[in-house]
Amino acid sequence: MKKVTMTVNGAARSADAEGRTLLSDWLREGLRLTGTHVGCDTSQCGACVVHVNGEPVKSCSVFAQELDGAEVTTIEGMANADGSLGKVQQAFQDYHGLQCGFCTPGMVMAAAALLKENPQPSEAEVRHYLEGNICRCTGYHNIVKAVMAASGQAVEPVAAE
Amino acid sequence: MPKDTGIGASPKRREDVRFLTGKGRYTDDINVAGQTHVVFLRSDVAHGRLNGVDTSAAATMPGVIRIFTGADFEGVGGLPCGWQVTDKHGDPMQEPPHPILAQGKVRHVGDPIAAVVAETREQARDAAEAIVPDIEELPAVIDMKKAVEEGAPKVHDDLKNNLCYDWGFVEENKAAVDEAFANAAHVTSLELVNNRLVANPMEPRVAVGDYAMHDDSSTLYTTSQNPHVIRLLMGAFVLGIPEHKLRVVAPDVGGGFGTKIFHYAEEAFCTFAAKQIQRPVKWTSTRSEAFMSDAHGRDHVTKIELALDAENNFTALRTETYANMGAYLSTFAPSVPTWLHGTLMAGNYKTPLIYVNVKAVFTNTVPVDAYRGAGRPEATFQLERVVDKAARELGVDPVELRRQNFIQEFPYATPVAVEYDTGDYDATMDKLLEMIDRDGFAERRRQSEANGKLRGLGVNCYIEACGIAPSNLVGQLGARAGLYESATVRVNATGGLVVMTGSHSHGQGHETSFPQVVADMIGIDESQVEIVHGDTANAPMGMGTYGSRSLAVGGSAMVRATEKIIAKAKKIAAHLMEASEGDIELKDGQFTVAGTDKSVAWGDVTLAAYVPHNYPLEDIEPGLEETAFYDPNNFTYPSGAYACEVEVDPETGKVDVLSFAAADDFGNVVNPMIVEGQVHGGLAQGIGQALLENCAYDEDGQLLSATYMDYAMPRAHDLPMFQVDHSCQTPCTHNPLGVKGCGEAGAIGSPPSVVNAVIDALQSGGHDVTHIDMPLSPSRVWGAMNTAAQ
Amino acid sequence: MYNFELTQPGTIQEAVDALKGEDAQALGGGQTLLPTMKARLAQMETLVALSGVAEMKGVCTDDQGRLCIGGGTTHATVAKEAASSYPALASLAGRIGDPSVRTRGTIGGSLANNDPSACYPAGVLGSGATIVTNAREIAADDYFQGMFATALEEGEIITEVKFPIPEKAAYEKMLQPASRFPLVAVFAAKFADGVRVAVTGASSDGVFRWTEAEQALSGNFSADAVKGLAAPDADGMISDLHGAGAYRAHLVKVMTARAVAAAG
Repeated sequence: MKKVTMTVNGAARSADAEGRTLLSDWLREGLRLTGTHVGCDTSQCGACVVHVNGEPVKSCSVFAQELDGAEVTTIEGMANADGSLGKVQQAFQDYHGLQCGFCTPGMVMAAAALLKENPQPSEAEVRHYLEGNICRCTGYHNIVKAVMAASGQAVEPVAAE
Repeated sequence: MPKDTGIGASPKRREDVRFLTGKGRYTDDINVAGQTHVVFLRSDVAHGRLNGVDTSAAATMPGVIRIFTGADFEGVGGLPCGWQVTDKHGDPMQEPPHPILAQGKVRHVGDPIAAVVAETREQARDAAEAIVPDIEELPAVIDMKKAVEEGAPKVHDDLKNNLCYDWGFVEENKAAVDEAFANAAHVTSLELVNNRLVANPMEPRVAVGDYAMHDDSSTLYTTSQNPHVIRLLMGAFVLGIPEHKLRVVAPDVGGGFGTKIFHYAEEAFCTFAAKQIQRPVKWTSTRSEAFMSDAHGRDHVTKIELALDAENNFTALRTETYANMGAYLSTFAPSVPTWLHGTLMAGNYKTPLIYVNVKAVFTNTVPVDAYRGAGRPEATFQLERVVDKAARELGVDPVELRRQNFIQEFPYATPVAVEYDTGDYDATMDKLLEMIDRDGFAERRRQSEANGKLRGLGVNCYIEACGIAPSNLVGQLGARAGLYESATVRVNATGGLVVMTGSHSHGQGHETSFPQVVADMIGIDESQVEIVHGDTANAPMGMGTYGSRSLAVGGSAMVRATEKIIAKAKKIAAHLMEASEGDIELKDGQFTVAGTDKSVAWGDVTLAAYVPHNYPLEDIEPGLEETAFYDPNNFTYPSGAYACEVEVDPETGKVDVLSFAAADDFGNVVNPMIVEGQVHGGLAQGIGQALLENCAYDEDGQLLSATYMDYAMPRAHDLPMFQVDHSCQTPCTHNPLGVKGCGEAGAIGSPPSVVNAVIDALQSGGHDVTHIDMPLSPSRVWGAMNTAAQ
Repeated sequence: MYNFELTQPGTIQEAVDALKGEDAQALGGGQTLLPTMKARLAQMETLVALSGVAEMKGVCTDDQGRLCIGGGTTHATVAKEAASSYPALASLAGRIGDPSVRTRGTIGGSLANNDPSACYPAGVLGSGATIVTNAREIAADDYFQGMFATALEEGEIITEVKFPIPEKAAYEKMLQPASRFPLVAVFAAKFADGVRVAVTGASSDGVFRWTEAEQALSGNFSADAVKGLAAPDADGMISDLHGAGAYRAHLVKVMTARAVAAAG
């Protein structure tokens, strides 16, 4: 066991970690930040994506001890300072980009990383970038729309009626 | 103009805020003080005699509290099956026991042998590895047709053979059907496989069992679509705990798609073990474990034949299906290939004679049960494929062949025992054709060909029976449960309402759409209505969410309870305004007396109910809370027409879905945004089945597609933007909302149009390919192109 | 997974020393190793994380004009920083796995593992790159020794990979639909003195050079030159749920032609 400290969502946070403690477990069990989800064990589904030092990382595929001193942002850190939904979060609600909500934290974190790198992605670029995030509910249609909308691009309104 | 509130509006989902901020409360987020962790040792062979389990080394390992084996469950009930099918001879199906932990034999890879309860999950897993099971491996039966051959190894030694049942439907029609085939002008036949799938909700299953010695009560937190059903099955049939001593909570659940309907061994284990060790017990499935312990879906092998007369009218349909049950009967498994499949074989067509034979087979594989659509995708796929093939054989337009045979008059009693109350199949087909620019297809095909690609257009129709289901009917058909739904509407003194529903939301958005209905009925703001679900401590009873039933059945119960509330509130209002009850009207949250300017507000009446100073206490009780149970008197029958356009790369066999259009008739629609989202998700799963997903075993019963490395889940760039429309609306005639259900349509309706489109593309390139089994992976498509005669 | 001690050396020398310990193993980005460890298919006493070794990170050009990539450089960094100097290789790196995998995964980790369906082995073999370790330099042609097998000795670390820059090159990949690893992918590179064609995903021996195509292309670097060739022998090709050996052999030819066409 080793005490690991990171700056999580802007605040210094510490919790113990074994060598084998994954970042996802450290966040969920150590800090009780349960917004980060684990949906697979082969680094495929992306439900666990967080930002480490500003870059998207699958938190189930990195050891907590390796990230001592890192800056981490999780879904809990994506809202505005006043508690209102952040830009990407709001677009997901506005465009019905989530259903069961389980893949959503990873989707939002991946989408935010994309928009940082590419502020006006095309539909194809959004779809390609989300290659490492699996959603079983939405068919991705409204996720893609939400990401496009969050980038300030015009999209069709959510319900045809 | 789109509506802003109430029925027909698309308010933003209120549940989204917690999901988007990481504040959802899923079962794995629940940790109970003093909690222990269980890890299951699972069989790594498909079939074997379990001669013993040596737990001695594991028992002394760090953190280990107790190790359980099958012997600990002697005298404890096994997992029950909720449906008994009667075979074509009138005999009940063969129904083997399903122990919580293996006893005497292991019957599939993943069958739980032992359970280690330890202080931490890793300690439990360390110890599970140190358990030594003594397994004498036996030959596995995997292929269904071989499983029913004389002399095949038996999955269950005590059964006659591996045939669960041999079902004929309608057996009395068989001779007439055979005669129609003998007299047919044309017969089209097709042999096909409906591929085995894994539902794969993104949240793996979790169970937390807790026991309170002080009042001898148990609580189970579980990832379920129907906590009340789990309470009933586990309490009454497995552990012998009466309902009042057992609470089942299904909090936020990360998708279900059918696979979280069923009562699983791990749920019973955690509840049982928590009492045994007097500490809470938690199990969290890994994804790899999910592949070998979640019930799988589909897995039918079918021969279908369609008879037509000289004018291309369908005269008879005959099918023979082998349906895989897996190693044990999962909760509703026997109903899926029978009452959810045979009854749908008429589809949208007025075929007068139909005979369906289904042989349900035990094999050494994971149990198979309902997965989104459950039986109806299998029916739709074979029917819409054989109709398409017939059109090609006859050289007629596949759309026109369908139209010619459409049912036109409703209600329509099919030859397979159901009565469609309403529908308009030409309307959805017209809408579809409007959406897809069929006239421009030839030009689009030319453009693809110029780029070295083959382009195809596939069309199909579908009908489904949902809003499951009339209890008296399903009781006759073998259901061991009722399929009503309940709701309690509690009005608080200041006018807000809480609706406790037996329906469960695991993505469907009930917390948003159900209030739209209640708020509309009363004329108040939706924010005044809160939905509570997922806890047996709240709603009186609940059959849960599956079979596209939540709004049609659960919503109807909520409407009935709200009607009772309104009726009582009118009595109170009549008293307050000194008017006759019959003259009271409720509109926009105001009670008025017809023909006068008298009025009292909703809030005045609700306050009077709880502060009954001026109140008709001699006639009615104080308070304002009502419960209703709603039992539908028929299924609902959503229908639609779908089209898919694909491009095939002839060099690699890769299929790209360029467009997908869905014209659905769901009857009335409460929240169009949510309805469209449901269709999108269903389409993705149906296209996934058609092109990507395949749960495969080798001949020894090893699972080949055991992780996402080999089981291909649809990703964002596998799919196009969808065109969806639900403007064709023939309201359901027998439920108060006129709704039909929309959750499964996309998954039911989409696989045939994808396959029809690929066949169309290949034939356009001169390839004599009439069928490819799903999934139409690049290698299969390329293989079909390169073995078929050019 | 089994427990272990994690150590984080700051220099190559410290890493090499740490790897001399009993039952020690190196950890690159961990994007393949961690899933393997979760499945309890790998066990070690000590895991030596290379992510803190700054001298093994970065992309530069040496005085021979070669692109030099530190062994601990992530795919995301290569995709960005090699984009102008070696676009085909940057494109390969930018298509490995998914964005989150590329944040962590490293070239050294990928090459040390030598998964038969990994992307980098094709880029390295197809470029005729040189693998530099703490102890020596190894030519790509000598480095890859079959599925998950390499020339690396116990405890040897890939510190750098040096790529000669071809006149033109491209990487074409047919995805395995589930894992999104290559079902078959081909890196084709035209140098002044000849053509190299490296194939990954196809063979059960791991990455290999398709010499018949190289010969045909050396005289005529065009997709047409490939079309006249017979597909490589299906024997020895991987045959699984996602495609039989004959299909993979066919794809080798298709992807080679496409890579050549894409290289221009």
